[in-house]
Amino acid sequence: MTGPILLNRRALTAGLALPFFARVAEAAAPRSKKFVVIICRGGMDGLSVAPPVGDPDYEGLRGGLALGEGALTLDGHFALNPALTTVHALARAGQARIAPAVASPDRARSHFEAQDVLETGAADVYATASGWLNRTVSALSATRKIEALSVGATAPLILRGPAPAASWSPGRGVDTTARLPTLLQDLYRDDPLLGPALARGLQTEDMARTTGATRTADMLRPAAAQGRGIAREMGVALAGFLNAPDGPQLAAVSVDGFDTHANQTGALAGRLGALDALIEGLHSGLGAEWSNTVVLAVTEFGRTARANGTGGTDHGTASTALLLGGALKPGGIVGDWPTLRQPALFENRDVAPTLDLRALSKGLLAEHMGVDRRALDTLIFPDSASTRPLVGLV
Amino acid sequence: MAPSRNDLNAAIAVTRFGLGARQGEIAQASRNLRAYLMDQIRSEGADLPQGDRETTAQRLVEFRAYRQGIEQAKATAAMSDTAQDPVKGAQDLIRENTGGDSLARTRLAVATEAGFRERWALFWANHFTVSATKAQVATLVGPYEAEAIRPHVFGRFADLLTAAETHPAMLLYLDQAQSMGPNSPAARAAARGATRRAQADIPPPRRGTGLNENLAREILELHTVGIDGGYSQADVTEFARALTGLSVAGPRDFDAATPVVFRDLAHEPGDRTVMGARYSQPGRAQAGAILRDLAAKPQTARFVCTKIARHFVADDPPAALVSALASVWIASGGDLARVAEALVDAPDAWRPDLSKFKTPYEFVVSSYRALGLQPRGPGQLAILTTLGQRTFAAPSPKGWPDEAGPWIGSDALVKRMQFAQALAVAAGPNIQDPDMLARETLGAHLSTASATAISRAESRAEAVAILLMTPEFQRR
Repeated sequence: MTGPILLNRRALTAGLALPFFARVAEAAAPRSKKFVVIICRGGMDGLSVAPPVGDPDYEGLRGGLALGEGALTLDGHFALNPALTTVHALARAGQARIAPAVASPDRARSHFEAQDVLETGAADVYATASGWLNRTVSALSATRKIEALSVGATAPLILRGPAPAASWSPGRGVDTTARLPTLLQDLYRDDPLLGPALARGLQTEDMARTTGATRTADMLRPAAAQGRGIAREMGVALAGFLNAPDGPQLAAVSVDGFDTHANQTGALAGRLGALDALIEGLHSGLGAEWSNTVVLAVTEFGRTARANGTGGTDHGTASTALLLGGALKPGGIVGDWPTLRQPALFENRDVAPTLDLRALSKGLLAEHMGVDRRALDTLIFPDSASTRPLVGLV
Repeated sequence: MAPSRNDLNAAIAVTRFGLGARQGEIAQASRNLRAYLMDQIRSEGADLPQGDRETTAQRLVEFRAYRQGIEQAKATAAMSDTAQDPVKGAQDLIRENTGGDSLARTRLAVATEAGFRERWALFWANHFTVSATKAQVATLVGPYEAEAIRPHVFGRFADLLTAAETHPAMLLYLDQAQSMGPNSPAARAAARGATRRAQADIPPPRRGTGLNENLAREILELHTVGIDGGYSQADVTEFARALTGLSVAGPRDFDAATPVVFRDLAHEPGDRTVMGARYSQPGRAQAGAILRDLAAKPQTARFVCTKIARHFVADDPPAALVSALASVWIASGGDLARVAEALVDAPDAWRPDLSKFKTPYEFVVSSYRALGLQPRGPGQLAILTTLGQRTFAAPSPKGWPDEAGPWIGSDALVKRMQFAQALAVAAGPNIQDPDMLARETLGAHLSTASATAISRAESRAEAVAILLMTPEFQRR
């Protein structure tokens, strides 16, 4: 496998345009590198994802929300929420790390503005209408075949844009004997929205039949399958696509429900349980390909450092991102911990950001997916040259 | 032959302003286009779905009874022995109530002869989203729409705003019901109790005793002036303080006449300053005054009229249309009937291009309307869940997106096709002549290519499925 690839790289650097080598290279290209973004919507409370149990101010600020003995120990300073058992096991194996004070450039504490900035990769809201993972497809397509997929009923902004991207959600599968798909493709020939979307949707359905995702859909239909089970099966289904010969290398999936203004402990355990199960499904479904994979779980903003008056937390600033995957280098926390000392809090209420989410994403795209710096600085994260990629993660 | 402008406008009136054509509707509208739309605007508001007509108060009592049952069963650990498992009972209750309400609402949308009026109501319900994704309010969303939204959609915006923000469903959804002024008598008493409990080593109560800023923030950001409306974090907090006391009656409020109560003891004492204005009213009047002021701000007119134009005309709405609507809004003091009339009279609203891609709900409703069918049970609306738009269950307070992007994923299109196939089979003998059906459904929008594809279909079911999937039926 490696022979032709090396040969081709040499051929390319030598400036030789040899169609034969190019074709061989395409067939055997290292398309196995995979990058998955999980968007945790609603403003995930970083202090409950990876509680800084060693921070002397943590218990005082959090009161009844502080996680103590039940938390899963990472090191002397940080632990993980008890619901994150898979993440914990991966961390113990050097395949999961936390970035405890990450934020996008947005500071408005609005879900919708913050999610826009998180997904567009722009420095400001409404600066661009397409998603940064979509523009990553554009950047990588210049040099190799690249596919992207979102899992879920609606197409997330992070993958919307000019580059083609597929979407998939559990369903009953396409009747392969019906004429309708062909007739419609013909009718949509001149339709710039519907034409490409339908063609791609049918391709993805074809792939779902071969990867077994359709079987997953069958399992999902009984009402009995709920909560953790569904999330795990979605992870397995996504892994099936990622493992397929023509499958996607880039993927995005959302977990909703993190806006915990009141009585948050139970609700958050449920949502983090779903996140953990999704990761568990991905990990087990990917099998050997896990070692070629990096997963980044992020949210639009963190929540107030102090518990609010109703057993929850309000919109804040920095939160915890999770990095997972067999391609990850083992290590401690990613970025600095600002501490929860009162003067260190952002505007005297939130965990202060020490790491720009774009730096983290850029580092992973550069080192894991091989995206060049210029594309990262201008196309994928516009006007971000001063935000340097965080390197050394993979 | 190119269609006449009146024919084209008739198709626009029924599909863009309305919810899609039933048989004969385009012809009917074409006789007097303006009257067809203007007559749908009426002071008594939108129609009410024919559900079980249970009120918010009744639904709250039911839900609480089940929840008490759950608590008791947990206490006695007898869940497996009882004939009726209360957890399952509560789940069934939620499913039946919300399923029944959403079915009733969809059936209204499918049957109504006033599609513009219903679309106008759906716009406002979405603007003031309360979502069943929160179990506590799941059974209240239907009554909320009937009580707080529909009666006010052609009234003053200030009245609609007040009705929506002070309805129990909204107070529970955005966590207002349990918000408490940090310096209120109730919070001070709770603090004294906490000290005593700490001394006696008793754990603190599960419920908090402080401020929750969720409702205040979303009123500013989503319901009135918008994110660029010129408010700060301090305004959010001050508004949240003014809102304290506004709550929902619990089992211990025996003498409450309505489900909404104002708890003087939980209200933060003192004057408040929000967006530069000072409010020294006592108690409930303080938040009321702030809401009225927010409703009257020009930023609110601009923000909401942009959303109206986006919903009705184009994802990127024409600036002239937004300005025209906003100036009518301001001149009329936020009279929503005048704004609706201005929309009908705005030339920009009649642009011939079909620039709006139907949301799943619009696609499903217009499909049923075209075929003269009605969904008979909640199960038949499962397609909405599949397409990511389960009725009453928007993912966030922002409501359903009104742009094409989120709805036009490749997967979504495949699933629309499958729905179209199934519904076409279900329509079966209802459909005599698919070519005629296509003309009746799309009017002047029907393209030659689509008409040809429909006429060449190998079966009626295939022809009907093609019709529902034509580029022009997918848009409005």
